[in-house]
Amino acid sequence: MPSGKTSAKPSVMRPVRDIAIVAFGQTDHLRSTDELSEVEMLMPVLHQVLAATGLKTSDIGFTCSGSSDYLAGRAFSFTMALDGVGAWPPISESHVEMDGAWALYEAWTKLLTGEADTALVYSYGKSSPGSVRDVLTRQLDPYYVAPLWPDSVALAALQAQALIDAGDTDEPALAGVASRSRQDASANSHAQLRGSVPQGDYVVRPLRTGDCPPIGDGAAAVILAAGDRARELCERPAWIRGIDHRVEAHSLGVRDLTDSPSSRLAAERAGAFERPVDTAELHAPFTSQEVVLRKALKLGDDVSVNPSGGALAANPMMAAGLIRLGEAAARIHRGESDRALAHATSGPCLQQNLVAVLEGEPS
Amino acid sequence: MASAPSPEVLRAPLVVEFPFTRSLGPVQSAFLTGLRERTVLGVKTTDGRTLVPPVEYDPVTADEIRDLVEVSATGTVTTWAWNHEPRRGQPLDAPFAWVLVKLDGADTALLHALDAPGRDSVRTGMRVRIRWAAERTGAITDIACFEPYEGPTGGEPAPHAGEFSDPVTGIVAAARLDYTYAPGRAQTAYIKALSDRKTVGERCPSCHKVYVPPRGACPTCGVATAERVEVGPRGTVTTYCIVNIKAKNLDIEVPYVYAHIALDGADLALHARIAGIPYDQVRMGLRVEPVWTEGARFPDHYRPTGEPDADYDTYKELV
Repeated sequence: MPSGKTSAKPSVMRPVRDIAIVAFGQTDHLRSTDELSEVEMLMPVLHQVLAATGLKTSDIGFTCSGSSDYLAGRAFSFTMALDGVGAWPPISESHVEMDGAWALYEAWTKLLTGEADTALVYSYGKSSPGSVRDVLTRQLDPYYVAPLWPDSVALAALQAQALIDAGDTDEPALAGVASRSRQDASANSHAQLRGSVPQGDYVVRPLRTGDCPPIGDGAAAVILAAGDRARELCERPAWIRGIDHRVEAHSLGVRDLTDSPSSRLAAERAGAFERPVDTAELHAPFTSQEVVLRKALKLGDDVSVNPSGGALAANPMMAAGLIRLGEAAARIHRGESDRALAHATSGPCLQQNLVAVLEGEPS
Repeated sequence: MASAPSPEVLRAPLVVEFPFTRSLGPVQSAFLTGLRERTVLGVKTTDGRTLVPPVEYDPVTADEIRDLVEVSATGTVTTWAWNHEPRRGQPLDAPFAWVLVKLDGADTALLHALDAPGRDSVRTGMRVRIRWAAERTGAITDIACFEPYEGPTGGEPAPHAGEFSDPVTGIVAAARLDYTYAPGRAQTAYIKALSDRKTVGERCPSCHKVYVPPRGACPTCGVATAERVEVGPRGTVTTYCIVNIKAKNLDIEVPYVYAHIALDGADLALHARIAGIPYDQVRMGLRVEPVWTEGARFPDHYRPTGEPDADYDTYKELV
């Protein structure tokens, strides 16, 4: 793969094998799920995607998950969740300490090698045990930034103000993003915030409650399959035509916070700009981040952005990015989209970005 | 033994606290030592830009960079956010603005706090200067915060050797996160049963194995377990070890025996201490029972029951 240093025009990476998302499931996302352990929260979702494909856990070629110990405050908490996938006798399994979208990337890579034909990808997060605004400060540069404890809303607010100063948006426009997202979520029974939600007071100015994602618990799962196996398992598979992820310099003061060159580069490598998409599921937990992403990904007004309601309607940490891929795929499964872009992010102010292009075959 | 309604979910405070000790490379060491001496250092990139705060590798070319320069303690706000409710650990207790500040002479911005009389007094482009902490140790918090500044603009960055007496070579990054732990339905039932000096597991509806402590799922079948089953109190030692090193703060004389115990009716062994028998006489197959102490939340240890040893075939699947 060409490195970021090359000045040559980036080339689109062509998958060597056709791989599709063939099933997607998610929990209802709730503010708190004290009565459920993580595996108890996860298991119904795993059963949902297995039932949709008729596969048993023992049929799955590769399992990959995403989660973070910091959310629950317990080391190796993901190993407990493995009980839910029947990890005995031993299975081929991996874990990323990140959103499940990155677990999907790893699973996709595994299928490309031909070592497996099917993969189960799941992710989950319970933000309710802790204070997620404070927890996320621990992912920041430990020398220069983390000792100041800047919380996730504060960092997003710095980005929002930069956009306002640049004339890219204003507070009413951000409120419009919030309102549209939660109205769209009215049709999403899994969403945590739906319908008319007050924009509320400032959390960290210029961001109000309505500009921020709800804090909640949830899980999601998808099944990937290659080639003919995908056609056997799903009437209209959502083929992954390209997928790529890129990262910005970690120091916030080095970046232009009004832009997301990493999203744009990932989209370019995933082939997103070759033909228009009809749907875009963007992982933009803050209203202002949708403004950045729409520009970086060159999305016109004719593209249906976050018809699920997006992360502003439900943002279970570590699952919200995988859900963007799942929601985009589900729209293709249902015949509501022919070509969709799915995006996932991680880190402060859109630090890391993953873009996938999904397509359904003409039916 | 039928599945019972879920008892009220348990909750307990859980504090995760750690003082990470981190070493500094030459650039970070110079920068943080400089702050202690009220000197702000940046580093030149391959293309001649000045990065403040400095890093050891060029973010564009990945080249190793070591060319330090001194920049001003005055600068310009490039973006800001008004924080009317400061949180624990943040630089100021009273409402303040988070700011990215491009110091005079720097090409990149530093994140910190700005002490300003109110949000109406803050804007992008405003001029600010560093307010130094009274006591400085070589940390980013040696900058107490920024404050509004109306004075001349600082000059060009000046070369700096980055050499100080008694350089700071490491930091202790203290972190504390507060959680409320809820163990979930299955483990709540297990802990509640222990308060009645009973041990409960859950049976898998598919393979019928009884897991203890129950976690709500069968790791073999990948399905939810729901049927609650009381196991024990007696059990069989499946394997054991002799502990010869005394753990800190542990009030148990060494050597002692730590064992896996398959409680009667359970398909998974628990672990516990064995006492009431010389340590060198503990053996696989030994039949044991729990010993409770007053007010304890779990058995203090297990002791021999005096029954004949169990046949290996009865517990070999659990070793």
